[in-house]
Amino acid sequence: MPLINDIKAILLGMWTTGKKIFRRPVTIQYPEEKRIPFPRFRARIVLTRDPDGGERCVACYLCSAACPVDCISMQSAEQEDGRRYAAWFRINFSRCIFCGLCAEACPTMAIQMTPDYEICNRDIMNLVYEKEDLLIDGCGKSPDYNFYRHAGIGVTQHRGEGMEEKAPVDVRSLLP
Amino acid sequence: MGYDSIDIALSFGKIVLIFLVILVIAAYLVLAERKLLGRIQERFGPNRAGPFGLLQPLADGIKLITKEDVKPAGADKWLFYLAPAMAAIPAIMIFAVIPFGAPVTLFGRQVEMQVVDLNVGLLVFIAFSSIAVYGTALGGWASNSKYALLGSIRGLAQLISYEITMGLSLVPVVMLARSFQLSEIVQAQESCWFIVYQPLAFIIFLISILAECKRIPFDLPEAEGELVAGFHTEYSGLRFGLFFVGEYINIIVLGGLAATFFLGGWHGPFLPPVVWFLIKMLAFAFLFIWLRGTLPRLRYDQLMHFGWKVLTPLALLNILATGWFIALT
Repeated sequence: MPLINDIKAILLGMWTTGKKIFRRPVTIQYPEEKRIPFPRFRARIVLTRDPDGGERCVACYLCSAACPVDCISMQSAEQEDGRRYAAWFRINFSRCIFCGLCAEACPTMAIQMTPDYEICNRDIMNLVYEKEDLLIDGCGKSPDYNFYRHAGIGVTQHRGEGMEEKAPVDVRSLLP
Repeated sequence: MGYDSIDIALSFGKIVLIFLVILVIAAYLVLAERKLLGRIQERFGPNRAGPFGLLQPLADGIKLITKEDVKPAGADKWLFYLAPAMAAIPAIMIFAVIPFGAPVTLFGRQVEMQVVDLNVGLLVFIAFSSIAVYGTALGGWASNSKYALLGSIRGLAQLISYEITMGLSLVPVVMLARSFQLSEIVQAQESCWFIVYQPLAFIIFLISILAECKRIPFDLPEAEGELVAGFHTEYSGLRFGLFFVGEYINIIVLGGLAATFFLGGWHGPFLPPVVWFLIKMLAFAFLFIWLRGTLPRLRYDQLMHFGWKVLTPLALLNILATGWFIALT
């Protein structure tokens, strides 16, 4: 009978909402309570250093190429030994969408995402982070990785001395 | 019947007391509603202004008073300014006839806990709730806005339809109590509440008063999803506040009336009569808020169909059955 069904439906709805009155709200009251984000939460971007304390960034422009909103810009430069570095490095966090594509693109694990999400600011110009604001002292998520140790062609050591590098082959010896 | 200065002072004191208590309860009902709706939706509701958000009504009041009072171009000035008062004042005037406690003895004379004990109290209530319809109707019409006009047309049709049902559902109460006087209706329920004799009339009255104070699921005159804010779309500042407070005063007053007609008014064991009356009144307010957190809005044709084709015949049948029963006994 539809009438009984309707009354039952209303009472069932009342019961459902009535139960909720006595349940604890799920709200996290932000300034007093803060939620602990997951380790791989994507928020403020940092530039990490290698285990020896040098900059990891080699200014390859892959992050700024990968960035969908074009918020990363830099100028590459070269040291005397041929080691590339960023003369200046700038991330505009007022444009950043925290997609993490820059961190995925980075071949040297220099650019990484951190779970620090509290970077809001009243002045929009304070959200333009320069290289000194971005650089941190640690290695971030890959503590032992040093790009030039693995693949450093003629920069930090001689050819063939890298960890995953075979000794150079004299190509003429391969000729038939 | 002669009046002396003590009588006049007592009446004046009762009026002032009722006015203050009703306004404070209305203000805190807004907070209670927001809190309860929050709890139903698993959030806290307002809790920033003062401990547990208890100063929120004060903050809301300051906000409403200091806001700009906008009058739309082309609005009918006098009606536009008059309508909020037409909505709020009749609602609070109804409370004059509600007995909220047992008579007490003060200064050597018996004092009724009621401003006036009219012998046509029930009719006064129905008359004033009809006047309150003008607040909705004129407010929407004078705003010179299509949303407000649509809201007020809906409001008119809804309130007039459900007023008939409300009046019809009260006829059995009058038949049982044999009086229009609210204090005698309460006295007639001393041994047994009328809800026991008249459960159907109680349900019809409850649905009708939900429609009378324009609450969900009958909030078609406001219908914020469809009509912005319905009949008070163009109002701002204190005038909007008057409509808003009027709605909550209406809830309290209609809750008090439902308690008076069906739940024995101030009758109850152990606790003082005034406390019993307050408990019953606020229980209705709680029910209204709970319903608001649960039910969706009716469609306009459903509302009209339900009012005219279901509730009105049911109320008439109920009168017939009650009359038959009284004639037999």
